[in-house]
Amino acid sequence: MASLISVAGEAPQGAHRLPQLPWRGLAAGAAWLALAGATRLLPEDGDFPYTAAFAGAALALALALPVASALAGRLGRIGAALSHWTPWLTALALAFLAWELVTAKSGLLPMPFFPPPQAILEVFLEDWPKLGGSILASLKLLLGGYLIGASLGFAAGVAIGWSKAVGYWAHPVLRFVGPLPATAWLPLAFFVFPSSWSASTFLVALATGFPVTVLTWSGVAGVNKAYFDVARTLGATPRFLVLRVAIPAALPHVFVGLFMGLGGSFAVLVVAEMLGVKSGLGWYLQWAQGWAAYANLYAALIVMALMCSGLITLLFRLRDRVLSWQKGLVQW
Amino acid sequence: MVAATRARPAVRDTAGAGGARLTVEGVSHAFDIRGTALPVLDRIGLTVEPGGFVALLGPSGCGKSTLLRLVAGLEPPDEGRIAVDGSRVAGPDPSRILVFQDPTLYPWRTVRGNVALGLEARGLGRERASRADAALRRVGLDGFAEVYPHQLSGGMAQRAALARALVNEPRLLLLDEPLGKLDALTRLAMQAEILRLWQEARFSALLVTHDVEEALVLAERVIVLSDRPAAIRADIRVGQPYPRHRDDPELVRLRREILGILGQPG
Repeated sequence: MASLISVAGEAPQGAHRLPQLPWRGLAAGAAWLALAGATRLLPEDGDFPYTAAFAGAALALALALPVASALAGRLGRIGAALSHWTPWLTALALAFLAWELVTAKSGLLPMPFFPPPQAILEVFLEDWPKLGGSILASLKLLLGGYLIGASLGFAAGVAIGWSKAVGYWAHPVLRFVGPLPATAWLPLAFFVFPSSWSASTFLVALATGFPVTVLTWSGVAGVNKAYFDVARTLGATPRFLVLRVAIPAALPHVFVGLFMGLGGSFAVLVVAEMLGVKSGLGWYLQWAQGWAAYANLYAALIVMALMCSGLITLLFRLRDRVLSWQKGLVQW
Repeated sequence: MVAATRARPAVRDTAGAGGARLTVEGVSHAFDIRGTALPVLDRIGLTVEPGGFVALLGPSGCGKSTLLRLVAGLEPPDEGRIAVDGSRVAGPDPSRILVFQDPTLYPWRTVRGNVALGLEARGLGRERASRADAALRRVGLDGFAEVYPHQLSGGMAQRAALARALVNEPRLLLLDEPLGKLDALTRLAMQAEILRLWQEARFSALLVTHDVEEALVLAERVIVLSDRPAAIRADIRVGQPYPRHRDDPELVRLRREILGILGQPG
């Protein structure tokens, strides 16, 4: 199909050529139509109240996609994004179709472990207050701990990289304690801290702080010494050397640390919520498993993936702004 | 001490008659390489008159650059005395600026931000952008103020580094093989540029180079240094008027003489 599409796209550019059919849009529409038809018309093995709703949504997309992609040229940035993602939307419909067929329609993959798409749609539509509350609880815990850990880690990294005395005392501690996974502190944290929430914040901060410290430190320590010579001959004070030379030069490293710290903080967050805090997506996962509510489990996993991916995207956007002077940045 | 050297030139600085007198007396210096001292400078003595242009010529690795670092105040000499206008050099000062072999522009700052670095470091906030732009015009880089260093060619980057030095109106410009890494044509153009800037601003200049021709075309005096530890072998006055031509018979004769001193058959 891909080769057909590209041939259609590379038609000779004549002044009076015939208006082209939106092949990609039509293919996407056909895929969603197939999904809608199969969902609505094939007999089901089980009782799913949202089958019709799911089929309806697929039908709506099946009708909308060809029209939208025919008009994509006039829709500006949204249109460009739509053209870019049309092949993916097609593949998504086919994946949904396969999923639908092997679960609800044939029972090849058994319930309740493998719910069909409409069962997950049901969770989103029926259980959204609890799911939404869990997202907020997770975000609150994660961002609190992350910001604390990132700030302290950054400050510690700059201090260790800049001052030999601080480095002398901090380096052995960092080497000894740093590699310990933050989750290993969990049992201790839950009885040392007054609440499970503060204990979890501490763990998330710890998981974030270590990579941020080490990478900020290596960034500051690795700054080209000639940069300091230049600034010193121009009359720079030590304060200027730290704030305007060492820190900006170290920022590419700092962002690697922030990225690694964010990844580490996700892991700790889920474990802390499963074992201690009685809220958040980790707890929701645990709860869903306890009730054998597997559709809820998948729904929570999807939401969690969206949350983590969204936060990483935000971090990369921030980096692109701050480090716009760098060439060859990896695009997230 | 630093305050004293800063306070005095303030008047002359703005008047534009900015050349400082540099005196180097009996300076010896050694590197400490894992506990053993490696002598690099051996009782160097020289004077640069206000507004003068002196070249230090010597083989690679003889210690020329070290002498410039000492004059810039980046390190104290082991022995001897370095003074500018009679006061001893105790540390870096924006009236004496070192231009390095590598432009070492900060990649995170635009060209204008790089040029304004010295003004910013000294807290001279006002007119920072306009003074930086004026310095960029002087080196022929107007129009490149918003560009990032990685977008500049080698010659342009070195021009920007010159502008970063000149914006501070230095009274002594220390040039550490600033053209060493440029291609031959850019090099010739930049030599003419440095000469023009020196003639306009009348700062004192101390140039380190291992290129005999470059020294003869630019400097009023060429001081020839020996191999490490560097000692002064000859102090040659070049009286030819500017602009000079490479094939001027007097310069050709001096070139042969200097190469002879350096032990090369001319």
